[in-house]
Amino acid sequence: MHIGGTAALAAGPQIASRTALRYVEGPIRAFAIATVFWGIVGFLMGVLIASQLAWPLLNLDLEWTTFGRLRPVHTSAVIFAFGGNALLGTSLYVVQRTCRARLFGGEDMGWFLFWGYQFFIVMAALGYVLGVTQGKEYAEPEWYVDLWLTVVWVTYLVAFGGTILKREEPHIYVANWFYLAFIVTIAMLHIGNNLALPVSLGHAKSYGAASGVQDAMIQWWYGHNAVGFFLTAGFLGMMYYFIPKQAERPVYSYRLSIVHFWSLIFLYIWAGPHHLHYTALPDWTQTLGMVFSVMLWMPSWGGMINGLMTLSGAWDKLRTDPALRFSVVAVGFYGMSTFEGPVMSIKAVNALSHYTDWTIGHVHSGAMGWVGFIIFGAMYYLVPKLWRKRGLWSRRLVEWHFWIATLGIVLYITAMWVSGIMQGLMWRAYDELGFLQYSFIETVAAMHPYYVIRMLGGVLYLTGALLMAYNLWRTATSEELAEGEEEARVPTHAPAPAPAFAAAAAN
Amino acid sequence: MPTKIEKDQITGTETTGHEWDGIKELNTPLPRWWLMVFYATIAFALLWMILYPSLPIPGATGLTGWIAREAVTGDMQAHQARLEPMMARLRAATPEQIAADPELRAFALAGGRAAFANTCAGCHGAGGQGAPGGFPSLADDDWLWGGSLDAIRTTIAHGIRTPEDEEARQSQMPRFLADGMLTAAQVNDVAEHVLSLSGRATDEAAAARGAAVFAENCASCHGERGEGNRELGAPRLSDHVWLYGGDKASIVRSISYARSGVMPAWQGRLDPAVINMLTVYVHALGGGE
Repeated sequence: MHIGGTAALAAGPQIASRTALRYVEGPIRAFAIATVFWGIVGFLMGVLIASQLAWPLLNLDLEWTTFGRLRPVHTSAVIFAFGGNALLGTSLYVVQRTCRARLFGGEDMGWFLFWGYQFFIVMAALGYVLGVTQGKEYAEPEWYVDLWLTVVWVTYLVAFGGTILKREEPHIYVANWFYLAFIVTIAMLHIGNNLALPVSLGHAKSYGAASGVQDAMIQWWYGHNAVGFFLTAGFLGMMYYFIPKQAERPVYSYRLSIVHFWSLIFLYIWAGPHHLHYTALPDWTQTLGMVFSVMLWMPSWGGMINGLMTLSGAWDKLRTDPALRFSVVAVGFYGMSTFEGPVMSIKAVNALSHYTDWTIGHVHSGAMGWVGFIIFGAMYYLVPKLWRKRGLWSRRLVEWHFWIATLGIVLYITAMWVSGIMQGLMWRAYDELGFLQYSFIETVAAMHPYYVIRMLGGVLYLTGALLMAYNLWRTATSEELAEGEEEARVPTHAPAPAPAFAAAAAN
Repeated sequence: MPTKIEKDQITGTETTGHEWDGIKELNTPLPRWWLMVFYATIAFALLWMILYPSLPIPGATGLTGWIAREAVTGDMQAHQARLEPMMARLRAATPEQIAADPELRAFALAGGRAAFANTCAGCHGAGGQGAPGGFPSLADDDWLWGGSLDAIRTTIAHGIRTPEDEEARQSQMPRFLADGMLTAAQVNDVAEHVLSLSGRATDEAAAARGAAVFAENCASCHGERGEGNRELGAPRLSDHVWLYGGDKASIVRSISYARSGVMPAWQGRLDPAVINMLTVYVHALGGGE
């Protein structure tokens, strides 16, 4: 369905309009399809491994289907396949329009990025299932996959940066700052964390350049900034384009966007050591990791404020536009996660939360609430635009998706909060004589009900995504929704001012 | 495109005059509370860096003098110091003396429960109920090597078939089929005989033939009627408790290839007081003699 669908949909009939000649869109349509496809794969894997934690029999006693091998399939499918395709697709869409320039390298560049990135995903996933892994969280692929991704990523930087360089707008829009920061930093992190020497050119195994605590530090410098730059900066770029577009309102504060951009970029990169509290990492590094995380709170919230306040004057749209509701609730979850993060980085809190399900709940309120919802909002906006439709096939289905997915997240994160805090408290409980109150296995048994609730939350989230896939499919293939030739939007150099504006000054 | 500053009618704020694909930006100042909280977190960070280690200089601490390794060592020592008076008494006493003293016994049962959960439950189960495949139940009165306090203590301290411990429980059943001591037919017969000891033979004729083989090869350790021998850890074969399964296939496998379960020696790895607590705890699980 995936490859056939790409060809059929990407070639859509109405593409011969002037808009398509100006902007590269075929690969972006493919990225949109891949986003939905990999999203469903990722959520399905999540439901499967959540079920394995509740019922270990589902590991099936086969090496390829054990939790240890499927867990990176889930995380990579969600972060790099679902999130990555959404970031590549939207960034190429946004950069062309906000620069009023055709993609540097044109259609061919776009298609290379698309197929190159899909190849990376498939090679990585095959490795995980077959047991080929570096054993580094979120950086599991071995050297040959890493090298290929480096090629694709540098090409991406050239395509994106090249488009910015040949822009026809005098200034670079804030969304592009964030996208560019994401692309540049991910390149640096990816190369830095994956410096390794293969056993031989014909061998999948490699040995990392660093070892011991240095290796751990580099890994979490990478790991935390994969969150900071892949899952935060990149998606803030997405937010800065799609929320003003959906709300049809100007961005709340240009100054805030500058200050929170630079403070976020500067502070995030130092926060990694909070993943290694109370370990062999030197105390001074742990202290810095903690305080940089605490300072990160307001820079993160700057993005939330700019996203939410952009709706002033357009809050009523939340009632009529469920796609915008996704984007706005995403920003709400972003705000919640970026408050929870600094709190968890405080060492006294971390002493309770570390190694427990609380961390899993935290990362999922960010991944399902922020990343997932901002992507859903963007896809509901983008698909009608990309396939030249007047709107979505069904707004009702978007409503259903919204409520089912929201309920799924609530079940998931509350289950993990309760389970995680309970787990942490049980680990540290002593009886009145001074002996440990619980054994490890007793804490595992106590968590079982919450694992079941978490799995149900995942099923709801997956169900919502299936509704979205169906809705978007019907939208893209609908004849009734097709825009007439005269309606096809042609980018103009000076769009009519929105009614809320009145010229106040001109230079 | 020329910069064109406009006034947004809804908020009354001016735009920056830039526009990208129809998106404009307001020139709203930074929210004051946002800036104040940001400054507060920076102040907190600076204060924390003064109070706690934050410089890459060996031995450098903050004003508090706090060092993680010393803090955890201090916590552990304080905890040990709190337990120590009772632990010292437990170390000095024999398991019999502990079991006879209500105060020591209560302490030993609490500590034994915690130590058992972390040390023993992985194989013997959370309640000492055992697990199939060679992990005996400790909650019944069917003992392989003896269920007195003294015997239990010896087993815990020295382990079973531990190569490096001379006092470990030792014995070795021959691999009757694998080493050619019995034919496959003889193994089948003797297995039927073993089944008959608990009244479960499926082939009476074979069981009768197996009796002679049993008397010659097995009875020296397991007893003439399969009553077992604790000196050698030879299990009783005439009851319904089976360490490796009591169905015929499992018994044939045991005879053919033997089994030799192992348990680590805990002496040297656990405080002698903890070994005494475990002894009293296991003894109290239900089958102590």
